[in-house]
Amino acid sequence: MENKTNGATKVSPAGGDLEGPEKQEFNITVYTENQIGLLNRIAIIFTRRKINIDSLNTSPSEIESIHRFNIVITESEEVVRKLTRQIEKQVEVLKVYFHTNADVIWQELALYKVSTDVIAEKVSVERLLRENGARVVVLRKDYTVFETTGHREETDNLISILQPYGLIEFVRSARVAIIKNSEGFNSKLREFERLEPGEDVIENEYLNKGQKVFTM
Amino acid sequence: METQTITQQIGGIAEKSVKSPVIQLSGSEALLEALIVEGVDTIFGYPGGAIMPIYDALYDYSEKLNHILVRHEQGGVHAGQGYARSSGKVGVVFATSGPGATNLVTGLADAQIDSTPLVCITGQVFAHLLGTDAFQETDVINITTPVTKWNYQVTDATEIPEVLAKAFYIAKSGRPGPVLIDITKNAQIQKFDYEGYVKCNHIRSYRPKPIVRPQYIQEAAELINSAKKPFILWGQGVILGSAEQEFKTFVEKSGIPAAWTILGAGAIPTDHPQNVGMLGMHGNYGPNVLTNECDVLIAIGMRFDDRVTGRLDKYAKQAKVIHLDIDPAEIDKNVKSTVPVWGDCKETIPMLSALVEKKEHTEWLAKFNDYTRQEVEQVIYKELNPTTVEMTMGEVIKQLNEITKGEAIIVTDVGQHQMVACRYAQFNNTRSNVTSGGLGTMGFALPAAIGAKFGAQDRTVVAIIGDGGFQMTCQELGTIMQSGINVKIIILNNRFLGMVRQWQEMFNSRRYSFVDIQSPDFVALAAAYRIPGKVIDDRKDLPSALNEMLSNPGSFLLEVMVTKENNVFPMVPQGCSVSEIRLK
Repeated sequence: MENKTNGATKVSPAGGDLEGPEKQEFNITVYTENQIGLLNRIAIIFTRRKINIDSLNTSPSEIESIHRFNIVITESEEVVRKLTRQIEKQVEVLKVYFHTNADVIWQELALYKVSTDVIAEKVSVERLLRENGARVVVLRKDYTVFETTGHREETDNLISILQPYGLIEFVRSARVAIIKNSEGFNSKLREFERLEPGEDVIENEYLNKGQKVFTM
Repeated sequence: METQTITQQIGGIAEKSVKSPVIQLSGSEALLEALIVEGVDTIFGYPGGAIMPIYDALYDYSEKLNHILVRHEQGGVHAGQGYARSSGKVGVVFATSGPGATNLVTGLADAQIDSTPLVCITGQVFAHLLGTDAFQETDVINITTPVTKWNYQVTDATEIPEVLAKAFYIAKSGRPGPVLIDITKNAQIQKFDYEGYVKCNHIRSYRPKPIVRPQYIQEAAELINSAKKPFILWGQGVILGSAEQEFKTFVEKSGIPAAWTILGAGAIPTDHPQNVGMLGMHGNYGPNVLTNECDVLIAIGMRFDDRVTGRLDKYAKQAKVIHLDIDPAEIDKNVKSTVPVWGDCKETIPMLSALVEKKEHTEWLAKFNDYTRQEVEQVIYKELNPTTVEMTMGEVIKQLNEITKGEAIIVTDVGQHQMVACRYAQFNNTRSNVTSGGLGTMGFALPAAIGAKFGAQDRTVVAIIGDGGFQMTCQELGTIMQSGINVKIIILNNRFLGMVRQWQEMFNSRRYSFVDIQSPDFVALAAAYRIPGKVIDDRKDLPSALNEMLSNPGSFLLEVMVTKENNVFPMVPQGCSVSEIRLK
């Protein structure tokens, strides 16, 4: 599957639905300026339609000053396409892509806190942890914190494994995803800066430098 | 008072590269300078604690910026909308923090859904008090996020020129919309080295106009040229894009019948031979029925609102759809397009005109006329020429047309009178129909009419308002009194909340639940504000009363008592297809 951009690509030429209405996980990648309040502007696009955000991560991108949102929702492709257009409409959003899980490399990180005594006594636990690729982050007399990264099923799996041994605490991060078929945003950004509004227009020297003016 | 603005003195835009002497300005002064450079002449506002430094600065700018003191911030924002709609410029509104700002929300939502360019400035508590539940502090940015195209909180005066430039650019470019700038009190007071004001014309993350793709224009033209029963639907996009002339050329060359959404009214004159009428729930018979008969639907600058489409899964299913819109998010949102034409219709319509063949769809147009004849027989004639003792709303509009000759700006509120006025008013010119279309805001008309008059001072502005809606913002009579603005007010009084009553009659077995509304003596109320008025309940007084109203040198309030239980027809009942439109 190729990159789905939502603005310019005509996906379904004859007006027919290429996709069925069935829901699946979609990874929405949003490139944005760094602006206070933008998280809310993007979040309410989902909440207004009563769509749950399964996972949301904001981070820097490959380009300095450009931020990247990774949003995971479970919806039909048609709904996702409409949502991405609404997101891209926001002034500080540069570009939105959406992909199925097959089109991205993705990871989630999970931390597990278990009693050190239990692990020390039960050899099987250590074996299970090793089998599941867990690493020790902190080892203390009273508890030990393990870490795994992987897909949802993998991190979920370890919960059920550890549950009988007294899992004290569990936390999982939002999903981060890299688009398989992407050459990054650098060239795209140059296009943004170049294409509009054309050569004859003097660009606003302040407003083009988001960081300078819009950091508080 | 200096004759030059400070911006001009220090060189403004042109000579900005030449190092000018540094001038110290307060944030408030920088704000007002920005407004002047942006060509603002009128501000609608209401002062309060957190915006006092701006009002203090305004004291010295009152010759350049005409500030209209409204009676409520909602009146201010609707006036700003009326100004924007009649003038095509950005409406500017001032309000203070807290309740002042929250009172703007209805108007912001209205402007957002009707794509009206506004820049609203709200005062905010000192930056160091943010988040402390300070007096008159509300989280205005978060409250207004869903109802603004963009908003921003300024906490440092040095940001003001750039942020204002961005605000005006965003408000008026692309698909226009409201922008709110919240300025903390410290930033209003703070002095800084003012280096002039640079208008904004590019933001890298913001693409107001999608790039036009010629292959879709080509495809669209081919579809149109091969169509037997093509049908144009146009909306406010034609007006917002100032593409009325281009649109008229397209309509006339292609010979295609064209119908309008409520906000598109007036883009081509009402009596244009190819203007087949209004779309939607209370639109005309032919345009609704024939939507489900046409083979190619050409939607221009409209968004297929549910009030236009009725039941979506039975809407124009037989037709190939060409959708021209500047906002990519509107394409395929409600109605799937066969050919999407992204772009500013000022550019795309002429491209399309160049490729379409000159044609006359005489037979197809005659079909619309057939439906018109049926509608006249069954609905329109008796609405405009009633034999009842009591007057109808329609005959008032008809009489008004005869006197104004379709040259007036008609501002309507929301409800039955709005539908009747939009159906029957004659519009010869663009920017003549000011109404709350998407949000359906009762109370819109009186303040919007004030704003519309300030935005088009050489035109006659007639506000047509129901007895219910008038009572929602009638405090703005005070604004009329104090500003001396000339607005003609017609209250069509049916002593009911008529539209809700109509629905209760038709769908709730006449269980009239809280629609029986009492009104004050409107003429006496107007008189209390030194506005002359008259009430009539006899048809024979109608022409003279309208003449008296229109020839009065200033504002005038005319209350017309109309039939209590009249219904607006035709009607596409909610949940029904457009072809199931009812004539009674």
